[in-house]
Amino acid sequence: MEGVAVLEGVGHRYGSVAALAGVDLAIPAGCMAGLIGPDGVGKSTLLALIAGVRKGQAGRVTVLGGDMTDRRHRQASLTRIAYMPQGLGRNLYPTLSIFENLDFFGRLFGQRRAEREARIAELVAATGLAPFVDRPAGKLSGGMKQKLSLCCALIHDPDLLILDEPTTGVDPLSRRQFWDLIDRIRARRPGMSTLVATAYMEEAERFDWIAAMDDGKVLATGSPAEIRAKTATATLEAAFISLLPDDKSAAAGVVVPPRPGDGGDIAIEATGLTCRFGAFTAVDNVSFRIERGEIFGFLGSNGCGKTTTMKMLTGLLSPTEGEARLFGQVLDADDMSTRRRVGYMSQSFSLYGELTVLQNLELHAQLFHLEPEFAKKRIREVLGDFDLVDVRHSLPDDLPLGIRQRLQLAAAVLHGPDMLILDEPTSGVDPVARDQFWRFLVDLARNKGVTIFISTHFMNEAERCDRISLMHAGKVLAVGTPAELAASKGSARLEDAFIAYLEAVAEAPDGAEAPVADVAEAGGQASRLFSPLRWFAYARRETMEILRDPIRLAFAFFAPVLLMITFGYGISFDVEDLPYAVVDQDQSRESRAILDAFEGSHSFELKSRLTDPAAAEAGLRNGTLKFYVEVPPNFGRDLLAGRAPEIGVWIDGAMPFRAETTRSYVRAAIAQRMAAIAADQGVTLSGDAYSVVSRFRYNQSFKSAPAIVPGVVMLMLVLIPAMMTAVGVVREKETGSIANFRSTPVTRLEFLTGKQAPYVVISVGSFVLMLILATLLFDVPVKGSFLALAGGTFAYLLSTTGFGLLVSCFTRSQLAAIFATAIISIIPAVNFSGLLVPVSSLSGGGRLFGLAFPAGWYQQISVGAFTKSLGWTDLWMNHLMLAAFGLVFIIAAMLALPKQER
Amino acid sequence: MRQRLATIYRLGIKELRSLRADPVMMFLVVYTFTVAIYTVATGARFDVHDAAVAVVDEDRSALSRAVADAIRPPQFKPPVEIGADEIERVMDQGRYVFVIDIPPRFEADVLAGRAPEVQINIDATAMTQAGNGLAYLRGVLSDTIGDRLRHEAPAAAGAVDLVTRARFNANLASEWFTPVMQVINNITILTVILTGAAFIREREHGTIEHLLVMPVRPIDILLSKVWANGLVIVIAATLSLLLVVRGLLGVPLAGSVALFIATSVLYEFSIATMGILIATFTSSMPQFGLLALPILIMMNLLSGSTTPMESMPVWLQGVMQLSPSTHFVAASQAILYRGAGVAVIWPSLLAMAGIGALFFVVAASRFRKTLSAMRG
Repeated sequence: MEGVAVLEGVGHRYGSVAALAGVDLAIPAGCMAGLIGPDGVGKSTLLALIAGVRKGQAGRVTVLGGDMTDRRHRQASLTRIAYMPQGLGRNLYPTLSIFENLDFFGRLFGQRRAEREARIAELVAATGLAPFVDRPAGKLSGGMKQKLSLCCALIHDPDLLILDEPTTGVDPLSRRQFWDLIDRIRARRPGMSTLVATAYMEEAERFDWIAAMDDGKVLATGSPAEIRAKTATATLEAAFISLLPDDKSAAAGVVVPPRPGDGGDIAIEATGLTCRFGAFTAVDNVSFRIERGEIFGFLGSNGCGKTTTMKMLTGLLSPTEGEARLFGQVLDADDMSTRRRVGYMSQSFSLYGELTVLQNLELHAQLFHLEPEFAKKRIREVLGDFDLVDVRHSLPDDLPLGIRQRLQLAAAVLHGPDMLILDEPTSGVDPVARDQFWRFLVDLARNKGVTIFISTHFMNEAERCDRISLMHAGKVLAVGTPAELAASKGSARLEDAFIAYLEAVAEAPDGAEAPVADVAEAGGQASRLFSPLRWFAYARRETMEILRDPIRLAFAFFAPVLLMITFGYGISFDVEDLPYAVVDQDQSRESRAILDAFEGSHSFELKSRLTDPAAAEAGLRNGTLKFYVEVPPNFGRDLLAGRAPEIGVWIDGAMPFRAETTRSYVRAAIAQRMAAIAADQGVTLSGDAYSVVSRFRYNQSFKSAPAIVPGVVMLMLVLIPAMMTAVGVVREKETGSIANFRSTPVTRLEFLTGKQAPYVVISVGSFVLMLILATLLFDVPVKGSFLALAGGTFAYLLSTTGFGLLVSCFTRSQLAAIFATAIISIIPAVNFSGLLVPVSSLSGGGRLFGLAFPAGWYQQISVGAFTKSLGWTDLWMNHLMLAAFGLVFIIAAMLALPKQER
Repeated sequence: MRQRLATIYRLGIKELRSLRADPVMMFLVVYTFTVAIYTVATGARFDVHDAAVAVVDEDRSALSRAVADAIRPPQFKPPVEIGADEIERVMDQGRYVFVIDIPPRFEADVLAGRAPEVQINIDATAMTQAGNGLAYLRGVLSDTIGDRLRHEAPAAAGAVDLVTRARFNANLASEWFTPVMQVINNITILTVILTGAAFIREREHGTIEHLLVMPVRPIDILLSKVWANGLVIVIAATLSLLLVVRGLLGVPLAGSVALFIATSVLYEFSIATMGILIATFTSSMPQFGLLALPILIMMNLLSGSTTPMESMPVWLQGVMQLSPSTHFVAASQAILYRGAGVAVIWPSLLAMAGIGALFFVVAASRFRKTLSAMRG
């Protein structure tokens, strides 16, 4: 077999699910080849294997003449292959502008500034994006996003262009423009092979060669004409259905009977509906009327305002202007009675995945307050009607998309609504299941008189509607029957008519595109182990992204400050202003003299003088007193008589540490007072046999702040930077832009350290803030070597950000990364690093745990430099260890982050 | 009205089913109320334990050896003898918290009544051990030297007999204190995470929108989440208190468990609402995590469960009155440690109810707003 890509016996499984089963396929070079089939048949897996971004499991994949399991061949191929993953703009960075996105990709391929600018200028001119180069990618329409993705893929002149469903969810005009653009590029570079996956069968008609896929297998290959001829069908969609195994294709086709006599009754009436989100107008002055029993279609691309309009009709959104009437009544979000007449189905599956099919239906029945008997009957009916009886105890997540959508429809009609609002109910569903779904809809509309308001981006579905409305950029372009609309633009097909309408309002004149010229060949950069250019591309991009994300930025800068205040005051062992009471039952000169012991000290604060111990007891119980001193009757007399009378001190022991400190303070105060009294009377007390001089080193006043604040700096500089970097990598996994790491020559070291750098810089910033806070608010200045502290902090930040990167390589979601980092780092940092318990008291496992984490090593630097007046000579070992941790974490992260997805 | 109550009940049951189907959350609830409580109670100690002591014995007498011998576990590790010239270095390295310097001719001077000086160097950056450890060391010195002197002369009686007694925890055992506060802190953390995550998950999956096109009001959803998640946490916390804290750790609970449960129910209302309130300010779980983490740390550390309120600056005490956790900690400490009744804790209950009502009003008004802010 020959071709740009050859697959032999390729199989691939995700857990127990087989995505590909023994696929043999030779994809011809130098032409436009397509994979067609509905969602979930293995197209994306196949493309990812060919692009080398996913690691093969079984079989042999040969691309561009080399085996993709050969690492060196794969590395070399990365500069020759361009891969555009599925999803609208999934490999783009939404906060970066068009230019910045392209610039980033140019840097990844080692292009110098002049070359990048020349290429970007050429590509944006060719795609008509030139006027919008400063617009953030996230604010582009679907069509523009896909053009930008294509530009990003083409920036390095690939030999093999792989596009995974590039036009799904894009309006027909943009779709046509997109394919024209591909044609022009191919005309310029005839040697380039293009491989495309698509779910739109009509699109595949223009491909040179296609492979029809279903259920992880290839059904047929050949040119579209050959495939149609083989199956004796007129369209590829029909050909595809006839290629399916018999049990799947059994009942295909939808017949829409004509609508019986015009009811004239208006079910939905929208007048001047407008919805704005800030400066953005999502829906602009939309009006229409839908009659009872009508199937009304809403046709338009993603983001054109279809969903927003539907949400306004369900009362989920309040219109900024205009009004909607349902059955003649103005829609009021608080009116529960209209809701009983409406059934709704949202774009994505919005029932509970954790409840079974039956439980979901029961919940719906209960929430609509159906009588229990009636509810049972209805549930039985819909289970039967929608063919769900066999799966009633399954969880929706385990069911194929087509059945899930049927369940959603069943739930929507359970309470017998007069009207259904269905938002793209068939998106991603295979053609057979789509036809079956439509048969249900036709039955509801024609036989049960239900009004159906449905949105779709499939033209053949739009043609089945009684009337349709073409929508684009928040505006309704035209309303009418499909035939009327086609006729009005003199087109044979609805799609052509839609494109004609779109062209009339298009944002940019597309015809004025510059021809695709050749860029000076600047010679691809050899992929070295470390390219500063690629490293800088990631560092720069990460910096731009975080500067544009207020929540993350605020977290990085302010969380340490906020938490420093919290910990600084929250972990305090200082005993000040202890509220106490005295119970003086003697009232003698002597008793007063002894009770004076507590006055004038800021450790104690006298709350009340009592005579009844019960009142003091009550004070202890409700927490207003921490201790009370009780002097018994006849105290003075006994004292003078040398009978050593008793003084009782009752302490609130609820907080043991405090109580213990209180006890020693009380003892010291009484002892001092007694010594003073004795001295007055010229008596010598025992205890003079020796004296104890206690020297509180490093912290003469024995305050908590000088001991705790350096520890808080240690804790903050592990917690926050590690969480930031952990989120940094997982975010890319979640949004899909990790694909760029896999499909470009960037190395793991460049990727990881490039992402690390901005967070080290930001954390240095928050370190400076904490330094200021420590000095000014907590009065804890740096007494030792500032340089040793700064150097230690830098090394520490390298290790903690490296730790975050390591965690992120193991976790799959941002949430898991946040909590895993927090939990893993807090335990050693708080318990085993000397923050609360001195390291010298630890033994065994706790000590080892502390030594195996950077926090403990930095704690010595932090406390040393802040409080103990130490410098380099005392701490150099700790600096070395921190640097070693940084290195180890990065190496471990590199090992844990495979360049290919498994 | 009856229909709405039925709706709130049904949605709450759904909430419980969702929680049961989420093994991670279930694990988190079980783990935090069992293993986490136990390990913290037996592991993290603020009392003086295994403190490292060095002795510089320049006397080498029977008395100086007796002093060193009297420094014993569990408060102290066996003391290590070092030279006088090493003091500076070992303290800089943090190898010992206490270095006791017994001067030459110490025993002789004591017996001769010349009152020699013992120097104790304390690493005052070791806050948890320095203060109370010093008190213990003074006790050790006074006992040892006192014993020695009693051989020579009859005990000189003190002028007064000072008797100190600790109420509510006579032996000042820290394992009586920590686990209860740990249960309290975990109630706060888990409730916020549970309700916030439940809300965001429904919003991300679009199921909340789906509910809102049915005859369900936003407040119904809010209340159902509060009661269902609150119920789970109250049950878990009560079981933890009875089985782990009282049963396994043997901590006596002074007051009425029923009153504590009633107080936690009230607290759940305010804190579960707060979880949803935080969630309405974020658009995704990661954002929720980043926002909730500092808030939770603040609410727990500054609530009085770690450091008593009176040690904080007055302005901070004022700020913390706005947190329901402060009042819950005050009420729980009064009930569980000191056996207080409603007559004592009603101001805390009132404050929790007030703060909870405020949260509820704000959360309910933000609820619909955040839904409409999501673009379709």
